[in-house]
Amino acid sequence: MSVIRSAWLIARKDLIVEARSRELAYTTLFFSMACVLVFAFAFVVEGRPLDDAAAGILWVAVAFAGTLALSRGFERERQSETLRALLLAPTERAAVYLGKLIGLVVLMIGVEIVLVPVIGLLFGAPVGRAPLLLAALLVTGTLGFAIVGTVFAAMLVRAHSRDVLLPVLLYPITVPVIIAGVRGTAAIFGPEPNFEAATAWLSILVFFDAVFGILALWTFAPVMSE
Amino acid sequence: MRDPVRCDFDVVDTRDVSRHFGRRRALARTSLTFRAGEITGLFGPNGAGKSTLLGVLSTLMRPTAGTVHYGGATAQDLGDPLRRRIGVLGHDLFLYGDLSARENLEFFGKLYGLDRLPERIAGALTSSRLADRANDRVSGFSRGLRQRLALERALLHDPRLVLLDEPFTGLDDESAALLIARLRGLKDSGAIVLMATHDFESADGLVDRMICLRQGRVREVTPGGATLRDHYRRTMAEAWA
Repeated sequence: MSVIRSAWLIARKDLIVEARSRELAYTTLFFSMACVLVFAFAFVVEGRPLDDAAAGILWVAVAFAGTLALSRGFERERQSETLRALLLAPTERAAVYLGKLIGLVVLMIGVEIVLVPVIGLLFGAPVGRAPLLLAALLVTGTLGFAIVGTVFAAMLVRAHSRDVLLPVLLYPITVPVIIAGVRGTAAIFGPEPNFEAATAWLSILVFFDAVFGILALWTFAPVMSE
Repeated sequence: MRDPVRCDFDVVDTRDVSRHFGRRRALARTSLTFRAGEITGLFGPNGAGKSTLLGVLSTLMRPTAGTVHYGGATAQDLGDPLRRRIGVLGHDLFLYGDLSARENLEFFGKLYGLDRLPERIAGALTSSRLADRANDRVSGFSRGLRQRLALERALLHDPRLVLLDEPFTGLDDESAALLIARLRGLKDSGAIVLMATHDFESADGLVDRMICLRQGRVREVTPGGATLRDHYRRTMAEAWA
């Protein structure tokens, strides 16, 4: 069976489980909305937000919601040790990695579809100014965050302090993603939009995804060996 | 990818296999041979190394030292298709609670790339007497029902090497009798069956070989003449006195 087909089976299974329990969707949405609301009280004064606040808060919410989804997503596989069952299947370990990655990215993009209009509403951000470029930044940024996060979440699935260790390991490595996402989004949302700068930051995200995607596929199998 | 048929084997042997977790020794220089058409019982106190031995044989765990040979080749030689020939029933049942019994079997059947999947699933649901609960979510099943389904999940792909960790857990007398009949069927079909259990009564008369483990060391006992429990008590008292 091909890696792609196996990965799709695993991702589809994750999405069916999520569609039934809605546990991750509700918790990540609630958490990201609460995060945005708190920042809205802090950074919007007399109806005027601080410069670039919307871009920063959007990516902070994405990072926090993503961490929550990563942690809980792998907790599900731990409960009946189903991760072991996946690793016992006669398919390459890369398929397990890709399946979990696709499931996570789909969920996070779903959260962002709700999150972006709320940011536009609360911070007056021009989210419709360059929708394709903004979508590309969000998709590549989310992918980069999830590429690194999926490896660490899988690696820590049996660690006792996994909830503490995951952000400690994840955030330093994904700093370039957050910076590129924030700067690229700020270039679109700014009073004088700079689409060239946004495209440059998008290129950095694509480069990050490519490099870390290859590294993750390469390291996942050894990382998962007990 | 290698041809799955070439991954078939009728003997599995461990050669000086050791496994350590930090400073703790779970298996110590274990050399054993398991043949097709045999049911081997693994017995020992908690933490003796039974699950570790099953983990190493399943390819989930790498031995710290020594090698495992599947018909003369190692897991590294045979690659991913080797796992197509191994079926594992873990102490945790490897089932998704939010999926139905049928969906669990479908998911794993597709992941294993099985042909005739609908017939296999229908057969598995009949064998486990879960046909009337096929579309119910597994989270609503009792431990015994989940155990029956998990066994079918482990056997869905007709594995050559069957590794069972406490297979009698949660089963009522009737289900235990069915499991025993199923294991005898596997033995007759030429499977290599290893079973770690504390249930001496159910295993009595079923196992062909008895292996006792303690602190990672093994003693092989030939069953017969006395109950498995008596053999076990005597081995534990004499071998590790």
